[in-house]
Amino acid sequence: MTATDTPTVNAALALGDDALILSHRLGEWAGHAPELEEEVALANIALDLLGQARFLLSMAGDEDEMAFLREERSFRNLQLVEQPNGDFAHTIARQLYFSLYQHELHTDLAAGDGPFAGLAAKAVKETAYHRDHAVQWTLRLGDGTEESRRRMRAALDALWKFTGEMFQPVEGLDGIDWAVLEGRWLTALTGVLEQAGLAVPEGPRTGAWAAGAGRQGLHTEPFGRMLAEMQHLHRSHPGASW
Amino acid sequence: MVTGPAGSGSGTATATRLEEELAALAGSVPDPELPVLTLADLGVLRGVRMHEDGHAEVTLTPTYTGCPAVEAMSADIERVLAGHGIPDVRVRTVLSPAWSTDDITAEGRRKLAEFGIAPPRPHAAGGPVPVALSVRCPHCGSTETELLSRFSSTACKALRRCTACREPFDHFKEL
Repeated sequence: MTATDTPTVNAALALGDDALILSHRLGEWAGHAPELEEEVALANIALDLLGQARFLLSMAGDEDEMAFLREERSFRNLQLVEQPNGDFAHTIARQLYFSLYQHELHTDLAAGDGPFAGLAAKAVKETAYHRDHAVQWTLRLGDGTEESRRRMRAALDALWKFTGEMFQPVEGLDGIDWAVLEGRWLTALTGVLEQAGLAVPEGPRTGAWAAGAGRQGLHTEPFGRMLAEMQHLHRSHPGASW
Repeated sequence: MVTGPAGSGSGTATATRLEEELAALAGSVPDPELPVLTLADLGVLRGVRMHEDGHAEVTLTPTYTGCPAVEAMSADIERVLAGHGIPDVRVRTVLSPAWSTDDITAEGRRKLAEFGIAPPRPHAAGGPVPVALSVRCPHCGSTETELLSRFSSTACKALRRCTACREPFDHFKEL
């Protein structure tokens, strides 16, 4: 069930878990978003990610087993995507960091001829909308009120230490130049933050204890509680359907 | 292969008469979320192929990877083809080549506008349309419309408002 036998399965789990976990986090906004349009936007983004996750996890096994019956240590997602929603600025900072990364990565994967090229060619068009959503909110918050700027800056700083992990090479994703990808991500991010009147955070981009650890199955404390909520229905009522 | 651009996995080049008939039937199934459109109008039906063991393989491509309508579409296709004497229908979802709003037929665009949904603008590249091409209000025809949200009632739509007649409306956003 936690087959990581082949490089392709390994990569499918890494990308699929990123999409699944971020989808779940965004889904937690349902009923709590600051305005109706935003609620719909976050749910739409979550749905796109869920679609990607279903396709990717099916490459590794049964999608439901993969999502609902794996233990925490078997998940290969980035620690960034499991971080709690926090205030709205935290959610937007997480979206900004991740959607810029995902868009660049999908662009590269779509240009290749590997097992992820078809999905990436599809997903890159969706992630362009996710990226625009995050960029527009970053501009609004960064260039908004004193309070919105303060919160956006705090969120960017708080999540900064999880961004280095995105560029740890993933076995099974051939033909990706991770250093070049990181350079493009940083350039894109810097452009957005400058336009928003926000500084690029300083400090290390990995915690000394956690460099690349999500991909190895080591997760942060809030992840276990999130998984418990995500999995408990399926585990309590095996085989239940609507 | 009757509908849409050449899809990967649709196999042989020429369709038999039966396959063409079945494709026309499958293509006439209404979209579960936008019942004014057929699957052929939407451009999501990639082809129908009969196999030697008697089962029909239908290839379908989703508009968005997470589109929840795919399951309803598959069930509807199976029911329609079963009614035509094909009991064993297997619907396969393919992602490549990726669906684009450019795959919606001219007839589909006309029906969307009639239904009160602004049709997508044509575009060559992926992602959001960068140029400020105006979106026409499907109610009063004004081009003075504004974006309220890039995300709306379903994954494939954006929410806009007409500044002339003040009505909000859905816009089938470009993908």
